[in-house]
Amino acid sequence: MPPGSKPMERDGERIEITISSRFENIELVQVIAEHLCENAGMDEDGSHWIGMAVREAVANAIKHGNKLDVKKKVNATFELNGHDLSITISDEGTGFDPEKVSDPLNPQNLMKTSGRGIFYMRTFMDQIRYSFEAGSGTSLVMTKNLAKGTGIASGKA
Amino acid sequence: MKATTRDVNGIAIIKVDGKITIGAGDQQLRDVIANANSQKILLDLSGVTTIDSSGIGELVGSYTTVTNKGGKLKLLHLPAKLNELLHVTQLITVFEVYENEQEALGSF
Repeated sequence: MPPGSKPMERDGERIEITISSRFENIELVQVIAEHLCENAGMDEDGSHWIGMAVREAVANAIKHGNKLDVKKKVNATFELNGHDLSITISDEGTGFDPEKVSDPLNPQNLMKTSGRGIFYMRTFMDQIRYSFEAGSGTSLVMTKNLAKGTGIASGKA
Repeated sequence: MKATTRDVNGIAIIKVDGKITIGAGDQQLRDVIANANSQKILLDLSGVTTIDSSGIGELVGSYTTVTNKGGKLKLLHLPAKLNELLHVTQLITVFEVYENEQEALGSF
Protein backbone atom coordinates (compact mmCIF):
# COMPACT_ATOMS: atom_id res chain seq x y z
CA MET A 1 0.00 0.00 0.00
CA PRO A 2 1.44 3.43 -0.84
CA PRO A 3 2.42 5.44 2.24
CA GLY A 4 -0.49 7.33 3.69
CA SER A 5 -3.13 5.49 1.70
CA LYS A 6 -5.72 3.17 3.19
CA PRO A 7 -7.91 0.50 1.67
CA MET A 8 -11.37 1.69 0.76
CA GLU A 9 -14.26 0.46 2.82
CA ARG A 10 -16.60 -1.62 0.70
CA ASP A 11 -19.81 -2.88 2.20
CA GLY A 12 -21.73 -5.91 1.14
CA GLU A 13 -19.33 -7.20 -1.50
CA ARG A 14 -19.96 -10.92 -1.92
CA ILE A 15 -18.50 -13.28 -4.51
CA GLU A 16 -18.99 -17.03 -4.67
CA ILE A 17 -17.44 -19.62 -6.96
CA THR A 18 -17.69 -23.40 -7.09
CA ILE A 19 -15.03 -25.46 -8.83
CA SER A 20 -14.42 -29.13 -9.49
CA SER A 21 -11.41 -30.67 -7.78
CA ARG A 22 -8.74 -29.99 -10.38
CA PHE A 23 -5.46 -28.26 -9.57
CA GLU A 24 -5.78 -26.06 -12.66
CA ASN A 25 -8.85 -24.45 -11.08
CA ILE A 26 -6.90 -23.19 -8.07
CA GLU A 27 -5.72 -20.11 -9.90
CA LEU A 28 -9.30 -19.06 -10.73
CA VAL A 29 -10.04 -18.71 -7.04
CA GLN A 30 -6.67 -17.12 -6.29
CA VAL A 31 -7.22 -14.47 -8.97
CA ILE A 32 -10.64 -13.57 -7.55
CA ALA A 33 -9.07 -13.07 -4.13
CA GLU A 34 -6.30 -10.87 -5.52
CA HIS A 35 -8.66 -8.73 -7.61
CA LEU A 36 -11.09 -8.30 -4.75
CA CYS A 37 -8.26 -7.10 -2.50
CA GLU A 38 -6.84 -4.78 -5.17
CA ASN A 39 -10.31 -3.34 -5.86
CA ALA A 40 -10.57 -2.64 -2.14
CA GLY A 41 -7.33 -0.65 -2.31
CA MET A 42 -4.87 -3.27 -1.07
CA ASP A 43 -1.46 -3.00 -2.73
CA GLU A 44 -0.08 -5.67 -5.07
CA ASP A 45 2.05 -7.35 -2.41
CA GLY A 46 -0.74 -7.52 0.15
CA SER A 47 -3.16 -8.87 -2.43
CA HIS A 48 -0.58 -11.44 -3.51
CA TRP A 49 -0.14 -12.86 -0.01
CA ILE A 50 -3.89 -13.13 0.56
CA GLY A 51 -4.15 -14.81 -2.84
CA MET A 52 -1.42 -17.20 -1.72
CA ALA A 53 -3.38 -18.12 1.43
CA VAL A 54 -6.42 -18.81 -0.75
CA ARG A 55 -4.30 -20.90 -3.13
CA GLU A 56 -3.08 -23.08 -0.24
CA ALA A 57 -6.60 -23.45 1.17
CA VAL A 58 -8.06 -24.53 -2.17
CA ALA A 59 -5.14 -26.88 -2.86
CA ASN A 60 -5.68 -28.55 0.52
CA ALA A 61 -9.42 -28.84 -0.14
CA ILE A 62 -8.79 -30.51 -3.51
CA LYS A 63 -5.94 -32.78 -2.41
CA HIS A 64 -6.65 -33.67 1.20
CA GLY A 65 -10.38 -32.90 1.43
CA ASN A 66 -11.79 -34.17 -1.84
CA LYS A 67 -8.87 -36.58 -2.49
CA LEU A 68 -8.59 -35.35 -6.12
CA ASP A 69 -12.09 -36.65 -6.93
CA VAL A 70 -13.13 -34.31 -9.78
CA LYS A 71 -16.80 -35.05 -9.09
CA LYS A 72 -16.43 -33.41 -5.69
CA LYS A 73 -16.66 -29.63 -5.48
CA VAL A 74 -14.82 -26.89 -3.68
CA ASN A 75 -16.79 -23.77 -2.86
CA ALA A 76 -15.17 -20.42 -2.17
CA THR A 77 -17.08 -17.44 -0.78
CA PHE A 78 -15.58 -13.98 -0.37
CA GLU A 79 -17.32 -11.37 1.75
CA LEU A 80 -16.02 -7.87 2.23
CA ASN A 81 -17.61 -5.59 4.81
CA GLY A 82 -15.77 -2.38 5.51
CA HIS A 83 -12.13 -3.41 5.81
CA ASP A 84 -13.02 -6.93 6.96
CA LEU A 85 -12.48 -9.68 4.43
CA SER A 86 -13.88 -13.13 5.19
CA ILE A 87 -13.08 -16.07 2.92
CA THR A 88 -14.76 -19.45 3.32
CA ILE A 89 -13.39 -22.51 1.52
CA SER A 90 -15.52 -25.64 1.74
CA ASP A 91 -14.94 -29.15 0.47
CA GLU A 92 -16.71 -32.50 0.60
CA GLY A 93 -14.05 -34.32 2.61
CA THR A 94 -14.20 -36.03 5.96
CA GLY A 95 -12.10 -33.50 7.84
CA PHE A 96 -8.93 -33.70 9.90
CA ASP A 97 -7.52 -32.51 13.20
CA PRO A 98 -5.71 -29.19 12.63
CA GLU A 99 -3.98 -29.64 16.00
CA LYS A 100 -2.16 -32.67 14.63
CA VAL A 101 -0.58 -30.72 11.80
CA SER A 102 3.10 -30.39 12.68
CA ASP A 103 4.84 -27.04 13.03
CA PRO A 104 7.02 -26.56 9.92
CA LEU A 105 9.33 -24.23 11.86
CA ASN A 106 10.24 -26.94 14.34
CA PRO A 107 13.85 -27.87 13.48
CA GLN A 108 12.93 -31.53 13.09
CA ASN A 109 10.30 -30.59 10.49
CA LEU A 110 12.29 -27.96 8.62
CA MET A 111 13.38 -30.32 5.83
CA LYS A 112 9.99 -31.94 5.32
CA THR A 113 8.67 -31.61 1.78
CA SER A 114 5.08 -30.93 2.86
CA GLY A 115 3.09 -29.43 5.70
CA ARG A 116 3.54 -25.71 5.07
CA GLY A 117 0.12 -24.85 3.59
CA ILE A 118 -1.72 -24.14 6.85
CA PHE A 119 1.33 -22.27 8.12
CA TYR A 120 1.12 -20.00 5.07
CA MET A 121 -2.56 -19.32 5.74
CA ARG A 122 -1.87 -18.50 9.40
CA THR A 123 1.00 -16.23 8.37
CA PHE A 124 -0.84 -14.27 5.69
CA MET A 125 -4.29 -14.00 7.31
CA ASP A 126 -5.39 -12.63 10.70
CA GLN A 127 -7.28 -15.74 11.70
CA ILE A 128 -8.16 -19.14 10.28
CA ARG A 129 -10.75 -21.51 11.68
CA TYR A 130 -11.77 -25.00 10.54
CA SER A 131 -15.15 -26.54 11.16
CA PHE A 132 -16.34 -30.04 10.40
CA GLU A 133 -19.80 -31.47 10.21
CA ALA A 134 -20.47 -35.13 9.57
CA GLY A 135 -21.70 -35.59 6.03
CA SER A 136 -21.22 -31.98 4.98
CA GLY A 137 -17.46 -31.74 4.57
CA THR A 138 -14.93 -29.29 5.88
CA SER A 139 -15.20 -25.51 5.99
CA LEU A 140 -12.30 -23.17 6.50
CA VAL A 141 -12.98 -19.54 7.36
CA MET A 142 -10.07 -17.12 6.96
CA THR A 143 -10.37 -13.48 7.96
CA LYS A 144 -8.25 -10.45 7.28
CA ASN A 145 -8.60 -6.79 8.14
CA LEU A 146 -7.32 -5.13 4.99
CA ALA A 147 -6.46 -1.94 6.84
CA LYS A 148 -3.83 -3.83 8.89
CA GLY A 149 -1.57 -4.62 5.94
CA THR A 150 -0.09 -7.99 5.07
CA GLY A 151 1.07 -10.60 7.54
CA ILE A 152 4.66 -10.41 6.36
CA ALA A 153 4.89 -6.63 6.10
CA SER A 154 3.26 -6.10 9.48
CA GLY A 155 5.89 -8.28 11.11
CA LYS A 156 3.44 -11.02 12.00
CA ALA A 157 5.77 -13.64 10.52
CA MET B 1 7.33 -24.27 -15.63
CA LYS B 2 10.20 -24.23 -18.10
CA ALA B 3 13.77 -25.16 -17.27
CA THR B 4 16.94 -24.70 -19.30
CA THR B 5 20.25 -26.16 -18.24
CA ARG B 6 23.76 -25.08 -19.21
CA ASP B 7 27.09 -26.35 -18.04
CA VAL B 8 29.82 -24.05 -16.77
CA ASN B 9 33.01 -25.77 -15.64
CA GLY B 10 31.15 -28.88 -14.55
CA ILE B 11 28.47 -26.96 -12.70
CA ALA B 12 24.89 -27.34 -13.96
CA ILE B 13 23.16 -23.98 -14.02
CA ILE B 14 19.44 -24.63 -14.23
CA LYS B 15 17.30 -21.61 -15.04
CA VAL B 16 13.69 -22.04 -14.03
CA ASP B 17 10.92 -19.87 -15.48
CA GLY B 18 7.22 -19.71 -14.65
CA LYS B 19 5.25 -21.33 -11.87
CA ILE B 20 6.37 -23.94 -9.39
CA THR B 21 3.00 -24.84 -7.97
CA ILE B 22 0.98 -27.90 -7.12
CA GLY B 23 0.25 -29.83 -10.29
CA ALA B 24 2.11 -27.29 -12.45
CA GLY B 25 5.83 -27.53 -12.01
CA ASP B 26 6.47 -29.11 -8.64
CA GLN B 27 7.10 -32.60 -10.06
CA GLN B 28 8.92 -31.11 -13.07
CA LEU B 29 11.41 -29.32 -10.83
CA ARG B 30 12.25 -32.56 -9.08
CA ASP B 31 12.76 -34.36 -12.41
CA VAL B 32 14.95 -31.63 -13.89
CA ILE B 33 17.23 -31.62 -10.86
CA ALA B 34 17.34 -35.44 -10.68
CA ASN B 35 18.36 -35.58 -14.35
CA ALA B 36 21.11 -32.96 -14.13
CA ASN B 37 24.45 -34.26 -15.35
CA SER B 38 26.31 -32.81 -12.40
CA GLN B 39 26.11 -33.04 -8.65
CA LYS B 40 26.98 -29.36 -8.50
CA ILE B 41 23.78 -27.53 -9.22
CA LEU B 42 23.08 -23.82 -9.30
CA LEU B 43 19.38 -23.09 -9.52
CA ASP B 44 18.67 -19.72 -11.14
CA LEU B 45 15.19 -18.77 -9.92
CA SER B 46 15.03 -15.25 -11.39
CA GLY B 47 12.23 -16.25 -13.79
CA VAL B 48 9.95 -17.86 -11.20
CA THR B 49 6.63 -16.02 -11.13
CA THR B 50 4.78 -18.00 -8.45
CA ILE B 51 5.81 -20.65 -5.96
CA ASP B 52 3.46 -22.25 -3.46
CA SER B 53 4.07 -24.56 -0.51
CA SER B 54 4.32 -27.56 -2.85
CA GLY B 55 6.99 -25.75 -4.86
CA ILE B 56 8.89 -24.91 -1.69
CA GLY B 57 8.54 -28.56 -0.70
CA GLU B 58 10.09 -29.63 -3.98
CA LEU B 59 12.99 -27.25 -3.47
CA VAL B 60 13.58 -28.78 -0.06
CA GLY B 61 13.23 -32.34 -1.39
CA SER B 62 15.62 -31.66 -4.25
CA TYR B 63 18.14 -30.12 -1.86
CA THR B 64 17.99 -33.22 0.35
CA THR B 65 18.31 -35.60 -2.61
CA VAL B 66 21.34 -33.81 -4.05
CA THR B 67 23.02 -33.41 -0.66
CA ASN B 68 22.49 -37.08 0.25
CA LYS B 69 24.32 -38.02 -2.96
CA GLY B 70 27.28 -35.89 -1.91
CA GLY B 71 26.34 -33.02 -4.24
CA LYS B 72 25.57 -29.38 -3.70
CA LEU B 73 22.50 -27.38 -4.67
CA LYS B 74 22.66 -23.61 -4.37
CA LEU B 75 20.22 -20.86 -5.30
CA LEU B 76 20.79 -17.83 -7.52
CA HIS B 77 18.73 -14.65 -8.10
CA LEU B 78 15.81 -15.17 -5.72
CA PRO B 79 12.73 -13.14 -6.67
CA ALA B 80 11.66 -10.87 -3.79
CA LYS B 81 8.56 -12.86 -2.86
CA LEU B 82 10.40 -16.17 -2.86
CA ASN B 83 13.07 -14.59 -0.69
CA GLU B 84 10.36 -13.53 1.76
CA LEU B 85 8.86 -17.02 1.76
CA LEU B 86 12.24 -18.61 2.51
CA HIS B 87 12.65 -16.20 5.43
CA VAL B 88 9.14 -16.87 6.76
CA THR B 89 9.67 -20.63 6.59
CA GLN B 90 13.22 -20.26 7.99
CA LEU B 91 14.53 -22.22 5.02
CA ILE B 92 16.83 -19.31 4.25
CA THR B 93 19.07 -20.86 6.93
CA VAL B 94 19.30 -24.06 4.88
CA PHE B 95 20.01 -22.80 1.37
CA GLU B 96 23.10 -20.99 0.14
CA VAL B 97 21.77 -18.04 -1.84
CA TYR B 98 23.71 -15.85 -4.28
CA GLU B 99 22.91 -12.70 -6.21
CA ASN B 100 26.00 -12.89 -8.43
CA GLU B 101 26.55 -15.81 -10.79
CA GLN B 102 30.36 -15.66 -10.78
CA GLU B 103 30.43 -15.56 -7.01
CA ALA B 104 28.04 -18.52 -6.90
CA LEU B 105 30.16 -20.51 -9.37
CA GLY B 106 33.28 -19.78 -7.35
CA SER B 107 31.67 -21.13 -4.19
CA PHE B 108 31.46 -24.75 -5.42
